[in-house]
Amino acid sequence: MARALINLPKTAKAGDVIAIKTLMAHPMETGFRPGADGRILPRNIVTEFVCRFEDEEIFRAELFPASAANPFLTFTWVATRSGRFSFTWRGDGGFDQTETASITVA
Amino acid sequence: MSTRSGRSAMDRRRVLAGAAGATLAVALRPAIAATLPRTETTEAAIRRFLGDNPIRPGRVTLDLPPLVENGNTVPLAVSVESPMTAEDHVRRIGVFNEKNPQPNVMTVHLRPGAGRAQVSTRIRLADTQRITAIAEMSDGTYWSASADAIVTLAACLEG
Amino acid sequence: MPRRSGTSPPAALLAILLSGTLAGAEPIAPADRRSGFDQMSPAIQAMQRDDESNPGLLAVADGAELWTARPPSGRPACSGCHGEAASSLRGVAARYPAWDARMERPIDLQDRVNACRREHQGIEPLPYESPDLLALTAFVATQSRGLPIAPPDDDRLTPARNRGRALFEARQGQLGLSCAICHDDLWGRRLGAAVIPQGQPTGYPLYRLEWQGLGSLQRRLRNCLTGMRAEPFAYGAPDFVALELYLATRAAPLPVETPAVRP
Repeated sequence: MARALINLPKTAKAGDVIAIKTLMAHPMETGFRPGADGRILPRNIVTEFVCRFEDEEIFRAELFPASAANPFLTFTWVATRSGRFSFTWRGDGGFDQTETASITVA
Repeated sequence: MSTRSGRSAMDRRRVLAGAAGATLAVALRPAIAATLPRTETTEAAIRRFLGDNPIRPGRVTLDLPPLVENGNTVPLAVSVESPMTAEDHVRRIGVFNEKNPQPNVMTVHLRPGAGRAQVSTRIRLADTQRITAIAEMSDGTYWSASADAIVTLAACLEG
Repeated sequence: MPRRSGTSPPAALLAILLSGTLAGAEPIAPADRRSGFDQMSPAIQAMQRDDESNPGLLAVADGAELWTARPPSGRPACSGCHGEAASSLRGVAARYPAWDARMERPIDLQDRVNACRREHQGIEPLPYESPDLLALTAFVATQSRGLPIAPPDDDRLTPARNRGRALFEARQGQLGLSCAICHDDLWGRRLGAAVIPQGQPTGYPLYRLEWQGLGSLQRRLRNCLTGMRAEPFAYGAPDFVALELYLATRAAPLPVETPAVRP
């Protein structure tokens, strides 16, 4: 499992706009770069990131080799009720990882 | 840090003048990366994103550092003026580059309920170039902003 | 920030290089010491400062996990002896390199991690620049974040520290440069578009955008030596530890920034 860091408030008031920040350890090898032996290193990137709240998709990003290594994404959501966010990164070589984080809304 | 402006012409001239005089920097730099052939033009990638719809300038703010110390990791933030309600929201934001080997930077899909149309990430810039962000609204209109980033020559690279 | 003005920096630098008239480089006085952080763009400063976005924290999180992982030898995890790192390790990295009585030589923080593995955990040392060694070292160093670098006042370190200073000030390689020419005398000026930093090792292991990942001070020093067209020392070489020792003395009392972010 690659290391993922997810930051969002543990608690919020209903109606608060919360910031969600995600960081995923991944080389994002572009497929355009030669390795030490002079041959082009095969592309190895995260191609898709999806955030769901209680199984409803709330944010999706399609990524390309122009994303920096260790992809970082931030976005917002209005807290309306307590529940669980899930975060899924998918990419080359069968990369597929899901993390979760919960929020309590008062 | 601003949307498209004329400011950068002067900065670029000054920076290039500095770099041209820096023979040592060139001597220390092992090799200048070759430009790779592009897989698709920026225009074609943008056309795939918006079809035949017109683009209007405005509503979109694109933040990019005007001077980039290392093109491997460049913070980028896009925000769009929108209430993000079911009736009136941003559906997608596409970000495009001019000079990387591949024109797409990122496409994000937003939902009403996001509160704000505000996204940030980190991108790669192979060279000094213009980045364009285009927002697709729920009424089918497209809005855009561009920003220029000057990728400076790093003096001490690994190699 | 630039202390001197006058002719354009590259020309001045070249003149110095060609004439070879640089008289005895003076070390930077404590009050004038500056972290490379101060010379970075606000965008990269923000990346380092914000714990929710600093990419170096990915490795620190890995290190935290390794800290509590029981080794296959059945001996205790790091935490088994040291307990809560936030208290037991606070300030430790600020005092490294330090004298190791068992090996009878100065060792840096990476050597310390590996010495613990060998002596107390009965497991193999980790290779230099391996993700696990960087992660553990970064985790340990992060516990000293914000504390001033405080090299030990230990006479046994003096010979290596002097050796480190001699290495720092000696011209090396095909360009005839020394570390001191750029980092003692010309810091704040430009080399190409980049501002020359003082070369203060305040944030290692650090996340360098150039590397797209975390790396050690020795990796950075190898880059410098290669850039000077000098033969880089091997990882773990006593000369590297000597340089690290002098650099720590030269950087005090700047605060530890691990995991720093640099271009």
